[in-house]
Amino acid sequence: MIGKDLLQLRGMSRETIVEILDTAEQMREVGRRKVKKVPPLRGRLVVTLFFENSTRTKTSFELAAKRLSADTLSFNVNTSSTTKGETLMDTARTIYAMQPDAVVVRHGCAGAPHLLARNFPWRVLNAGDGIHEHPSQGLLDMLTMRDQLKSLDGARVAIVGDVQHSRVARSNIWGLTTMGAKVVVAGPGTMCRNELSGLPVERRHTIDDVVKDADVIMLLRIQHERLGRAVLPSPREYAAFYGLDLARLRMARPDVMVMHPGPINRGVEIGADVADSEQSAILAQVTNGIAVRMALLYLLLGSDERRPDEVSHGVD
Amino acid sequence: MIQVADQAAMAAALDQLAAALSDVLAQATVPVALVGIRTGGVTLADRLRARIVRNGLAAPARGDLDITLYRDDLYSGLEKPLLGDTDLPFEVSGCGIVLVDDVLFTGRTIRAALGELHDFGRPSWIKLCVLVDRGHRELPIQPDFVGMRIETRLRDRVTVDWVQDQVSITSPSAGSGGTRP
Repeated sequence: MIGKDLLQLRGMSRETIVEILDTAEQMREVGRRKVKKVPPLRGRLVVTLFFENSTRTKTSFELAAKRLSADTLSFNVNTSSTTKGETLMDTARTIYAMQPDAVVVRHGCAGAPHLLARNFPWRVLNAGDGIHEHPSQGLLDMLTMRDQLKSLDGARVAIVGDVQHSRVARSNIWGLTTMGAKVVVAGPGTMCRNELSGLPVERRHTIDDVVKDADVIMLLRIQHERLGRAVLPSPREYAAFYGLDLARLRMARPDVMVMHPGPINRGVEIGADVADSEQSAILAQVTNGIAVRMALLYLLLGSDERRPDEVSHGVD
Repeated sequence: MIQVADQAAMAAALDQLAAALSDVLAQATVPVALVGIRTGGVTLADRLRARIVRNGLAAPARGDLDITLYRDDLYSGLEKPLLGDTDLPFEVSGCGIVLVDDVLFTGRTIRAALGELHDFGRPSWIKLCVLVDRGHRELPIQPDFVGMRIETRLRDRVTVDWVQDQVSITSPSAGSGGTRP
């Protein structure tokens, strides 16, 4: 059973992951209807609180909430008070006073969603915290893989790129290994160190080593905005050594799935023609993202025995 | 557990419902579909369709409805059932729909089903067909076709066994757990 919040996939049980993915499959059916709206979260308020820029994750959560008939309210912190010096807890208290049922939070610091979950009775959904985790992305990736592979048990997943600084990679690694998949990673030494903070993965040195027998090749975005020149001489050099171009794709199994959390840097981590190839699951990932987030909101809010406003103020 | 309908009584009820629905189909001026409410209604709809075909009529369209997302008791602390598929493989607008469920109780499931159907289109008409009406309605909803009416107490559980073809009542006091307030 899913708990109060969705903070991370590390430590989440196999049963809970299966419950979320199965529910998401049913939610996908709602997306195929003419009227793409069902009523279970009518009158519920879902706040998106983003301290980092995001378009697709935020839009995806908002669309998911709307398809379940919840109201949504978005706090863009760039345009709001933290730029005026307000602390995270004070911002949270203000939003809490508006009586939301759930808050979807993205923050540059690992653990920020955990802080909000511990101190308020609302449901918290982590939409990315620092380089820690991005659990809804991990779940939508697993749903996309399960569609094609039927089972994640024994699946061979190759993650290529900046594993070190990627919350997407972390969530996938924890979720996939819980489901019995085998994860191998490859990337330049600055982005993919030998020890990799104890993650349950096998590390290879070149992309050619990992593409050959992979069922899934997941490419990570080169985060130009986060990284300086220290970890990467140039995008062109990265493309030459670690980019998935057509020549490398031909070395892989013909039915391999190519995934990317987006936004893609065409010609850097993914060849322009690879992004549009038959093997690319990038757009399916986007559609599945809505279904997974619907499932998460439904399971977290729908199972609510006591509404947050009936709970005594849990602010310490 | 008290049996209230045996195999013969079930067969008679199903025959009677199938005959009534055959009349509706024969006289209909619009396409008619049988829509089963998951999960008991799906089995009933399949059984009725088989009997309608045996009566010499063309098989009506079939659909399934999962009303979980339309329930009015999602927050009541009851354990949520796993979501199932809603599958209406025909044009709902302009269609005549016979909504099929195994047991009619408070009427809340039917209210949810009506709400969901209307999100798919504007049916020409909707009729309600149930195998068992056990009373205790909480909403102004009445069936058009009833296989059997049985007397129950509010806390009784009515079970339709589609393998043995029988209907039974379980009273909470007769069970092992004792009565709840």
